[in-house]
Amino acid sequence: MGQSITVTVNGEQKSADVEPRLLLVHFLREKLRLTGTHIGCDTTHCGACTVLVEGVPVKSCTMLAVQADGQQVTTVEALAAGGTLHPIQAAFKQEHGLQCGFCTPGMMLTSIALLNEKPDPSDDDIRWALSGNICRCTGYMNIVKAVKSAGAQMRASAAVPEAATAATRS
Amino acid sequence: MLPAPFEYHAPKTMDEALGLLDELGEDAKVLAGGQSLIPLLKLRFASPAHLVDINKIKDLDFLEERHGTLSIGPLFRHKSAERSSLLASRYHVMADAAPQIADPIIRNRGTIAGSVAHADPSGDWGTVLLALDADLVLRSKSGSRTVKARDFFSGPFSTALQPTEILSEIRIPVAKPQTGGAYLKLERKVGDFATVAVAVHLQMDDGKVGSAGIGLTAVGPQNIRAERAEAALLGARLDDDTIKEAAALAAEAAEPKADHRGSVQYKRNIVRVFTERGLKRAYERARGGG
Ligand SMILES: Cc1cc2nc3c(=O)[nH]c(=O)nc-3n(C[C@H](O)[C@H](O)[C@H](O)COP(=O)(O)OP(=O)(O)OC[C@H]3O[C@@H](n4cnc5c(N)ncnc54)[C@H](O)[C@@H]3O)c2cc1C
Ligand code: FES
Ligand code: FES
Repeated sequence: MGQSITVTVNGEQKSADVEPRLLLVHFLREKLRLTGTHIGCDTTHCGACTVLVEGVPVKSCTMLAVQADGQQVTTVEALAAGGTLHPIQAAFKQEHGLQCGFCTPGMMLTSIALLNEKPDPSDDDIRWALSGNICRCTGYMNIVKAVKSAGAQMRASAAVPEAATAATRS
Repeated sequence: MLPAPFEYHAPKTMDEALGLLDELGEDAKVLAGGQSLIPLLKLRFASPAHLVDINKIKDLDFLEERHGTLSIGPLFRHKSAERSSLLASRYHVMADAAPQIADPIIRNRGTIAGSVAHADPSGDWGTVLLALDADLVLRSKSGSRTVKARDFFSGPFSTALQPTEILSEIRIPVAKPQTGGAYLKLERKVGDFATVAVAVHLQMDDGKVGSAGIGLTAVGPQNIRAERAEAALLGARLDDDTIKEAAALAAEAAEPKADHRGSVQYKRNIVRVFTERGLKRAYERARGGG
C-alpha cells in the first residue's frame, strides 16, 4: 500500500514510502522527527500544526503527506537554521509573544507568510491573518506586538536580504 | 486520528479523473481542498476505498467573465475569492462571504466547488449561489449536464451529484449595471459555522427591482432560497414597507432548529433583521455606494 514520495522539507529533499492515509503532520513529526510542528486539536481548529507548503500556511493535520509530493514544505525548524534566530523568533522572544510556546511554531509561520505578502501590516491585518491560530496563554496582545516588531526588523534589514530571508528561502 | 486505509490517485487530466470515477463508482471520493473531507476521514464518518485528488489537474483554478457568464473552476479557493477585485466590484455577495468562511489558513486550501458539493446546511457558498441563481455543471465520463443551484441541494450533505460526476464549473449570470449584494453572517467566533446567515443579490431597473435573490444559511436541512420574499420584491420600489415585508417572508421561509447556538425564535428573528439590513446594503451598492 506504500506510495513513494519526495518532499523538499526545509530545503532538503526527503524521500519515503508512506501510506496514503498518513497525514503531513505525522510525516513531519514521526518519519522526519521534526517535532517542532505541534498537534493541538487534530480537528483543523487550532493552527498549532501550521506549516508552509509552497510558502502558503496550511494546517498539516488536514493535508495528506502524499499531497505534498514534489512540493516545498517549511517548518519551524528552518527558522534558526543558521544558528541565529529569525527576526520573527527574536521578536516573539523580545516582546513576550509566548508563554508555554505550544502555539508558537504555527503562529510564527503564519506571521512570516503575512509579512511576505504585506511587509507593514496594521494591527487589524495581523489579527486577521492569525485568526486561525489559537493561543491559550498570551491573550494575543504581545503576539501582535511581536509580529509588528518583526515586520519593522525585516523591513530595516531588507538591505541585507540574507538575514531576513534565510528561512523563507529554504 | 488516522483515516481508514484508502488508495490514492492523483490524475493529471480531467479525463483521467472522470475515467477513475467511472470505474470506481461509489468506492471513490473526489478530494479538492480537503478541508471538509479530511476531517471526515479522520473521524471515520467517511471511509472511501479510493480518493481521487484533483489538485494535480492543471487549469481548474479559474474565475472569469465570458459570454455573459461568471465562470468558476473547481479549484478556485476561498482565499482567491477573498482577494478578487472583480468580486469586490461587482459580486458583492461573494466578496462579503469569502472572508467569513472558516479561518484564513483553511481558506488557503478550501474551494467554493468543494463546499457546494459537500452541501453542509451550515455552509455559506451554497446560499450565496442560490441568491445568485447559479448553474452547476456536473461532468462525467459520458458527458455533462447543467443543474440549477436551486435544484441541486436535496437535504443535509446530499445533492444531485452522482458518484461518477465532478462539479466542473459554477456559472453565474454576469452582473448587470445597478447590481448590488450583501452577505451577513452571525457567528459565535472567528472560524465558526453560521448561527444564521443571509445572502442578498439585487438588480435594479429604473428604480424598481429587476431581479432579487435571497438565500438563507443554517436555518433548515439545506441552504434555503426564500422564494416568496424574492417574489415580493420583484418590480417593487425598495421602500421601508417593501423591505419589511420581504424580511418577514424570509423569516417565514426559515425552518431553524434550536441548538447551542440559539432558539428557533432567535434564529428566525436574525433572518428577519439580516434580510432587512442585507436589502438596504445591497440597494445602496446597486446605486454605486458602499
Ligand atoms: C474548522 C472549520 C471551519 C469551517 N468553517 C466554515 C464556514 O464557516 N463556512 C463554510 O461554508 N465552510 C466552512 N468550513 C468548510 C470549508 O469551507 C471547506 O473548505 C469546504 O466545505 C469544502 O471544500 P474543500 O475544497 O475543502 O472540499 P473537500 O473537503 O475536498 O471535499 C468536500 C466534499 O465535496 C466533494 N467534492 C469536492 N470537490 C468536488 C468537485 N469538484 N466535484 C464533486 N465533488 C467534490 C468531496 O468528495 C467531499 O465529499 C469549515 C471547515 C473547518 C475544518
Ligand atoms: S492540530 Fe491541526 S489545526 Fe489543530
Ligand atoms: S503560548 Fe501557550 S498556547 Fe500560545
